[in-house]
Amino acid sequence: MAIYKLKEFKIKWGMVIDLDKCTGCGACMISCQAENNMAPMPDATDKLYSMTWMLVYRLSNGKPFPDHDIAYLPRPCVQCGNPNCVPVCPVIATTKDEEGGIVSQISPRCIGCRYCMAACPYRARYFNWHDPVWPQGMEKTLTPFTSTRPRGVVEKCHYCHHRFKAAKEKARYDGRDPNKLDEDDYTTACAQNCPTGAITFGDLMNPEHKVAKLAKSPYAFRLLERLGTDPQLYYMSKREWVRRQGDNYLEHEPTKGV
Amino acid sequence: MAKKKKSYLLLPFVVGFIGALVFGWGLFPKMLFSEKQQPFWFSHISHVEVVGMDCYDCHYYYEDGSFSGIPTTEECSACHMDVMFDDPDEIIFVEQYVWEEKEVPWLIYQKQPDNVYFSHIAHEMYDCQTCHPAVETAEAWPKYYENRLTKYSRDTMKMWECERCHAETGTSNACYVCHK
Repeated sequence: MAIYKLKEFKIKWGMVIDLDKCTGCGACMISCQAENNMAPMPDATDKLYSMTWMLVYRLSNGKPFPDHDIAYLPRPCVQCGNPNCVPVCPVIATTKDEEGGIVSQISPRCIGCRYCMAACPYRARYFNWHDPVWPQGMEKTLTPFTSTRPRGVVEKCHYCHHRFKAAKEKARYDGRDPNKLDEDDYTTACAQNCPTGAITFGDLMNPEHKVAKLAKSPYAFRLLERLGTDPQLYYMSKREWVRRQGDNYLEHEPTKGV
Repeated sequence: MAKKKKSYLLLPFVVGFIGALVFGWGLFPKMLFSEKQQPFWFSHISHVEVVGMDCYDCHYYYEDGSFSGIPTTEECSACHMDVMFDDPDEIIFVEQYVWEEKEVPWLIYQKQPDNVYFSHIAHEMYDCQTCHPAVETAEAWPKYYENRLTKYSRDTMKMWECERCHAETGTSNACYVCHK
């Protein structure tokens, strides 16, 4: 399937998002923007130009009342095991080579060709159409942990990678192995701020982490799994119609899961 | 006759070559870098040998594992609330920074760009002088050169230097190991 040799990782940071718990409040989107130094958009309603590494989609089962049902689907970067964006990058600005399996994006190296955006089936990548401008006083909200991006480069969710580094530093200070982090050591801003606890974050390869168990749940599914991208982001829902919308099914095909 | 002509033909090339060398090695670096002065002299020797302080009294790790770097004016003013030794540099520090409650704008020889992440605690096994100038034994500040175009210090470690050491020690050179 893969056109180049995939790296094997001992640690795979991943997420399980329980769509039955998600209320669509958007706290994950806001905390992501605050955490990762995103400037306020000139027009945030224009979804062609707005920057939302984490984006909440609204799903509907399409039935009329009283059978109508909706679900909300938060979508950060799914951190594919076999990312489409990586082999198309002409300048190696995006790679999947660090232990933990997070797909990196180095904005000073990016030339803004947007091949990766065309390649990504999840639309998880965003292009800086505008110079980031912070209104006077608002620049005080900038954090030193994430570097700001200029106009003309692509950016994307990196599972709050700076928190991963901070967790490793803390582990070193405490005399622990930085490659054996606990579940509480490292979490993303969206998972931390989700009021209903719909987002669980951890190491998919470590059986002691909650995500490893949840990802094996019969209700778990991944977005467009049959493309072979092998994402590190799992969703779960007990509602069959929600799981069915996670992939392209033919009419006669049964939905994956229970 | 023919010999003489040949040497005249070569002359402009020799002059041009020497001129290019003088410009490239002598003039251009001077044009590119401007020499900057530190705000005032700080003696590590007098703090360590005379007062008997330890390096870790000022340069320590926080509990989250991050490095404190250069002490703040508040930390220094634990001792330097007032001028103690009548030293001209100490007078500058106390009058202009402690009493004004301002941070000293030290010029940092190894200041890295914003998108570079460096963990001091991950490099604990190395001597400080592997990357930093040996200021703890210096009698005067090492010269600080600022690149006029990029505004970075000339001595800031370049990416290939980081990568070479990582390659030699078998450490990962993945982008996200050092970038953010």
